[in-house]
Formats: sequence, structure tokens, C-alpha cells
Amino acid sequence: MSFDNVYEAITEENDARWAFGTGFEDPLSGMDTSVPSGVDGARLAAYCLMLGDDALIFSHRLQEWCTNAPELEDEVAIANIALDLLGQARLLLARAGKADGSSRTEDSFAFLRAENEFRNVRLAELGGGHFGHLIARLFVFSTWRLALFQQLESSVDPVLAAIADKGVKELTYHRDYAAQWLVRLGDGTPLSHSRMQEGLDELWPYVGELFRTHPTEFVDAALPRPEFDAVLDQALAAATLVRPSSGELAGVSGRTGRDGVHTESFGYLLAELQSVARAMPDAKW
Amino acid sequence: MTELTSEGGHGAVPLEGVPAAPGPVKHDWPLYEVFVRGKRGLNHVHVGSLHAADDQMALHHARDLYTRRNEGVSIWVVRAADITASSPDEKDPFFAPSGDKVYRHPTFYDIPEDVPHI
Repeated sequence: MSFDNVYEAITEENDARWAFGTGFEDPLSGMDTSVPSGVDGARLAAYCLMLGDDALIFSHRLQEWCTNAPELEDEVAIANIALDLLGQARLLLARAGKADGSSRTEDSFAFLRAENEFRNVRLAELGGGHFGHLIARLFVFSTWRLALFQQLESSVDPVLAAIADKGVKELTYHRDYAAQWLVRLGDGTPLSHSRMQEGLDELWPYVGELFRTHPTEFVDAALPRPEFDAVLDQALAAATLVRPSSGELAGVSGRTGRDGVHTESFGYLLAELQSVARAMPDAKW
Repeated sequence: MTELTSEGGHGAVPLEGVPAAPGPVKHDWPLYEVFVRGKRGLNHVHVGSLHAADDQMALHHARDLYTRRNEGVSIWVVRAADITASSPDEKDPFFAPSGDKVYRHPTFYDIPEDVPHI
């Protein structure tokens, strides 16, 4: 074993995962992507689009913390989490393109749709704010998504089940990272406590939407609620924070993120996300 | 020619009338050293260092900074301040005397081929 380079010494030779995430067109390559019998392909596609958009848009918001996080180490941690979610988005958007028979690629979903065609929850698109806002969003998002993915591991669609199985390990770490910061800030100084509580309070009106079942939903959206509540209560108690009591933010004529109705800042987010792809439609990266 | 009073002589960076006292220094988190054991490795190997507020955070940061490419199956972190190290000044008394004692190497034994890790 050579110790000239410690990384050579501890990595497997020719580990294909060094190149993970680049240099391939189809993230579902090699998988049987036929729609199982008894499953409505269009409905499955619509559902994968919802979950894929959640990951894609929240990942973009996390990427905005690059160069803005309070410490270098946390910046890398947040970027890692954003990359995990981007990986989930790639798989889910690719699954949507296969399931609805349109053969649209992940790129055409991500870069060539208009604002009202995105199906993410509004919580995923919230930007700005301070580190307390970020931790509140990350903790709520990953706690909810983990509880949901645990349900999806037994999905009737084997591809969706496999994506969920991979995502559970990632989301468990995301939740753990956010929970540690939630407790550290909540149970910290008076200033950090008030910032953390502020982050939670301002996020709370967007939480109800996570559990509202949409007509095209593939599983009951209310299923993850008991686990979400239990985990949240446990973390809030340790962090000496209080669960906000504010009501749910209303939609527009009852329509919310899942119906393509988004908050004002979403247009700006998409403009940035799609600018290169729209300026150079045939660009390869 | 006038006397140059600014850095580089171009006048852009004034040297006079500038408060010389340093600004407030940000309080740093303590330094931790990180050791990772790879899948093929038998020992934890020192891979680098990082800053963290406490041990648990150091472990999280080590995972995020040093095992992103599937390098490790186990991580140790230890506060750099808790490590006692030999000093470069002591290099000769510490290490030079063992340089000429070739008989301390087990080269006079036959090692069976099927004994690993010697």
C-alpha cells in the first residue's frame, strides 16, 4: 500500500463513483422502466414530477448558500446536501419522462418548463433569510421527505421504490445535520434562540401544504404526518423551541404549489436556474 | 520628483491617515485533526484538519469534507490541541540513533508467504 497520497491509500482502485453524476445521459440506465400493470403512467409521472421538483428547487435554494454560509465546513455540508437532492431530482424527473411515455429528459423538465408547470411545494422555493431560516427549512423539509420516502419504499412502482430506498439514507443524514443545528441554535444563546424561533415561525404557514393530498397524488400525503409530528416535537423539546401555532398560508382560489401556483420569488429562481439552458439550447455539460 | 508616500507609489493605497490598529478578530472554532479508515485500509490514516465547535460537529464536518468520494468506513476526530507531537528541533536525538541499526530490521528471518500484513 502506497502512502504517497493518503487518498490513494484509502480509496478503492478504479472506483467508478469518483465520476458519479457526470458523463452519462440517462440516470435510470440499466433499469426496467416499464410501468407496472394496474398503474396509470400519467399519474405516476405527475407524482414523480412533484417529488422531483421539490428536490430540484430546494437544491437550488441550498446552492445559493455557496460562498454565503457562516463557516467553510458548513458550506461544504450544505452543498453536499444540495447535491444529494439534485441526484434525487434527476432520477425522479427521468422517471416522469419514462412513465408518461413522452421520453422527455431530465433537462427538458428542469430547463424548458414555465413557472406554472412546476409542481413543487411552496416551502421548497423559499429563499433568502438568515441561517436560522435555512436550518428551519432544511429540518422541516428533510423530516417530511424522509417520512414520505419511508412510505414509498414499498411503492407499487419498483423504480420509485428504488429511488426512495436510496434517498432514505441521504435524507437521514440531512435531517441529522439540520437537527443538530436546530438544537445548537435553539438551546444556545438568547440571540441564536430567537433567530431559530423566528426561522420556524416564518416557515410554519408553508408546512400544512406538505400534507394536503392532491388529486394526482400517488400515496396519501397525510401518511407521513404522525412521524413528522413526533420527530418535530422531540427536536423542538431538546432545542427549547415552541411549535408555531400560525395557520396555513392559503392558496390562490385554493390552488398551491402542487397546482403550479407559486410565490413571487419563484420566477426569479427559475430565471437563474434556466438562463444558460435557454440562452444556449443545444449546449452540452 | 515628489516623495512617494503611498504603497507602490501610485497613490491608490494611502499609507497616512489610516488607523493602524487591527480590527476585531473573529473567534475561531478549535482545530480538529481527522483520521479516516478506508475500506482497504487497516489503520486510520490522517487526512487533514477542520474547524468545529464540538466533537459531534467535528465528526459531521469530517464526513462532509473527507468522505465525499466514498473514501471511508470509519472516522476519528481529535482536537489538535490534545495531540502531543515531537518537535523538529529534537529530530536528531529522536531519530538519528536508529538510522544505523540495521539489525533491528527483521530481514534475517524467512517470512512465510501466506502471512499478511507484516
